[in-house]
Amino acid sequence: MATIADWMKVDGGHVADALREAVNKMGAADGEMVLDFSGVERVDAKAVTALEELAVKAKEKSVRIVLRGVNVGIYKVLKLARLDREFGFLN
Amino acid sequence: MSEKAASLNQDRIEYLEKLVAQARTAAAVFTQSRQEDVDRIVKAMVLAGMEKAQYLARMAVEETKLGVVEDKAIKNMVATEFVYNYVKDKPTVGVIREFPERGMVEVAEPIGVILSMTPITNPTSTVLFKCIMAIKTRNAAIFSPHPMAWKCCAEAVKIMYETAVKHGAPEGVFSCLESHSLEDNDFLMHHKDIGLIDATGGPGVVKAAYSSGKPALGVGAGNTPVYLEKSADLNMAVVDIITSKTFDNGTICASEQTVVIDDEIYDTVLKKFEELGAHICNQKESELLGRTVIDPQTGYMQPMAVGQKAGSIAKFIGLSVKPKTKLLIAPIQGVGREHPLSAEKLFPVLAVYRAKSVDEALKVCVDVNHAGGLGHTAVIFSNNDAVIQKFGDVINAGRIIVNSPGSIGALGGVYNDMVPTFSFGCGTGGGNSTTDNVNVYHYLNIKRVARRTQAHMWFRVPNQIYFNMNAVENLRGFQSRSTLIVTNPFLEQMGHLDIVKRYVPKETQVRTLLIPDAEPCATVVMQGVEALNSYKADQIIALGGGSVIDAAKIMKLKYESPQADLEELAAPFLDLRKRVVQYPTEKVNHARLIAISTTSGTGSEVTPFAVLSDKERGRKVTLADYSLTPDVAIVDPQFVMSMPKGLTVDTGVDCLTHALEAGVSIFASPYTDSNAMQAVRMTFRYLPIAVESPKDEEARSMMHNAACIAAIAFSNASVGVNHALAHSFGAHFGVPHGRANALMLPHVIAYNAAVPTKFMPSPNQRAYVAHKKYAMMADLLGLGGTTVEEKVQALIGATEKLLDQLGVPKSIAELGISKEEFEKAMPALIEHAFDDPSWRSNPRMPLMKELGELFWAAYYGRGPAKAGEKSQKQTA
Repeated sequence: MATIADWMKVDGGHVADALREAVNKMGAADGEMVLDFSGVERVDAKAVTALEELAVKAKEKSVRIVLRGVNVGIYKVLKLARLDREFGFLN
Repeated sequence: MSEKAASLNQDRIEYLEKLVAQARTAAAVFTQSRQEDVDRIVKAMVLAGMEKAQYLARMAVEETKLGVVEDKAIKNMVATEFVYNYVKDKPTVGVIREFPERGMVEVAEPIGVILSMTPITNPTSTVLFKCIMAIKTRNAAIFSPHPMAWKCCAEAVKIMYETAVKHGAPEGVFSCLESHSLEDNDFLMHHKDIGLIDATGGPGVVKAAYSSGKPALGVGAGNTPVYLEKSADLNMAVVDIITSKTFDNGTICASEQTVVIDDEIYDTVLKKFEELGAHICNQKESELLGRTVIDPQTGYMQPMAVGQKAGSIAKFIGLSVKPKTKLLIAPIQGVGREHPLSAEKLFPVLAVYRAKSVDEALKVCVDVNHAGGLGHTAVIFSNNDAVIQKFGDVINAGRIIVNSPGSIGALGGVYNDMVPTFSFGCGTGGGNSTTDNVNVYHYLNIKRVARRTQAHMWFRVPNQIYFNMNAVENLRGFQSRSTLIVTNPFLEQMGHLDIVKRYVPKETQVRTLLIPDAEPCATVVMQGVEALNSYKADQIIALGGGSVIDAAKIMKLKYESPQADLEELAAPFLDLRKRVVQYPTEKVNHARLIAISTTSGTGSEVTPFAVLSDKERGRKVTLADYSLTPDVAIVDPQFVMSMPKGLTVDTGVDCLTHALEAGVSIFASPYTDSNAMQAVRMTFRYLPIAVESPKDEEARSMMHNAACIAAIAFSNASVGVNHALAHSFGAHFGVPHGRANALMLPHVIAYNAAVPTKFMPSPNQRAYVAHKKYAMMADLLGLGGTTVEEKVQALIGATEKLLDQLGVPKSIAELGISKEEFEKAMPALIEHAFDDPSWRSNPRMPLMKELGELFWAAYYGRGPAKAGEKSQKQTA
């Protein structure tokens, strides 16, 4: 399995936009994408929806999405929205 | 999926799933909001609700054809402004309450998604109320309004939603079903992502909510009884009842249904009602009304009457009433199906009942309460506190409104200080989970963060302790009119009694009670009490060992508090401070207890314990309370100089066991440690001398002091598993207490010093320290060793050596008890040892299996010669 690791820093002020951009950038297949959330303090409903879409797209393309530096507040949001199982997490 | 929900088509399921998913996301996102965020949003919503109060009221009346626009507008305002006034300063995010003195805080956790069902009677006000509650608590809500109030509710949800999102609430936080079906409700009620169902409505919807298996707040129908008692302010009562019953045409379920009026004021009250616009029905009219507005088949009100004006109802049934009649009043003669108007009537028809007495009035109110109104609301108008109190006692209602209108009173915040609400919890009587006025706290999971707290400890000793040779002379300082000396014949023969008498002040009348030299029984105690009473004694001198002093303690207890039930006072307890049975504090007599010990072991002269022999049942009963502690202890070694060798050994080892066990007890403190450690040191040093050279005054004196000091330690820190084993074994095989202790001692030290299989819960200790305490004792004894393990081994070795030196048998086997006999006794030994309270303060919680292992270890005995056999048996 070829591993292509993309890395992208998510802008805390425009999380949903950044995630949509990540969908567009997503590599062809069998890759890994690391999204750096260390600058994100909170997510809104739009961002959560964008994460859902990202998860769907990643599954289609067999890309593993890893969220790096997610704070515990956002981690709990993902847990409650049942999205935590869709992503890998890196501290 | 339930049967009903199974009939939903795929599109509908997708629609409902989408609503839930959107709400779930919103609720998840909402968890990040802070208190100031939600407070800002709530304020904006309240202002929007106030602004649209009249608009929504009009919509509601137009759509439902129920109620009064003006009143519904007021309800919308109460649901916003009054609720805001209550919630605005209430913390609902993060820490919501702090209890610093208890080391505890309460932290709010949102529920998530709430399925909110709203009624036809109070449609928009209930929506406004529930929206504010949801936002204040960071929850999302899906609304399912009554089908006949859907439009106005959807509009109310829309207004709240748009305002909330505009001010920072997450998108999707509210939604309203686009249409209504029982199948939709059923699907949502069983959905895994719905955290709570808040159902306000009729019995059907409430029952469905509770039957769903989800956490639910279901609040429904009532049947409010009103007692109008003769001491009431009648003008106020009549106005209040009319105000309430006609408010929104009686659609609030807390409104008055049947007014029970005292005979003396009945006619006056009806006249006042009439003067203020009520129509009093005659018997024929009442019967007609009952037949028409209440369904004779079901006993429930006819929907066509709900929320209609009195005039419209009168016209509908052909009653001739004055124009602008506010209320139809129908006298009834009883409660139940044969008296249809005693049922709930959410319209301006009021039943009245003439009661001949307070008792009859209360009974009729109870009947109404039980005829569909359990747990809901009741009203009383009275200025008689006793009657109000009685009413509160006998009526089962979450809200008992006094001298105020029922409906507006129950809403809270207007006529009283109850929590403003639009959901009345009816408790179990109404099939609900709460009797509260539902409020923000019902929309939260409240988490308790409890910090470790230290239990209060104590160090209690007798007021005065006199010690060293001739300490008995201090008796001269105790004035007494009448003194009873309790002792035994042996001590009298020894001349000890005479010595004591010599030092009692001459003006004191002294009598003596000789009791057997054995653990006291109730008969002996009562002999003592009789003597105390007949001599009107104000002082007791107990001269003897543990048995005599224990007897005197119980005599004093029964003399001072004759009502003390010894059987009850001996009830088991885990923690002295939390025990169920309390010792009496009321005293009819007062007597000073001076204890003079004549043995150096039990330390009864300073302990709060007393053992009573229950001969009838063949058992011992231990009484424990600090009130039993003697007032004065005299530790004079002259009384132990002639103790025989065997008694010196047994009592001395008992003293050592007290000190060792108190030292490692979970209740040990620096206060008890100092005593325990000193007693260990003194016993190791002086016990062998006292045994070998019984006339050695210093050794006798030091051992006498050591016993007292060890007793001070265990009186406050208690003992441990050694005593539990010894009590069980000693009682079963008739072995003296000190010797039984000695046989267990080295094994128990090794056991407590090892890593426990089960730790004993002990809030005052931050780590397992028993092995370190033993090591500390080894240091104090100068036993050498560098590691804790070495020091513990040294202590075990030194203890074994001491016991050998004292001539204590090495094993239970040496006592002549056969292995078979011991094996046979083992289940009972374990059972009694486990039942013994002594081990509850042991540092290590003994498993029953371990108690058995300890018994077997003691059976095979101490010392290296037995090691092989011991380990063989334990392995087996």
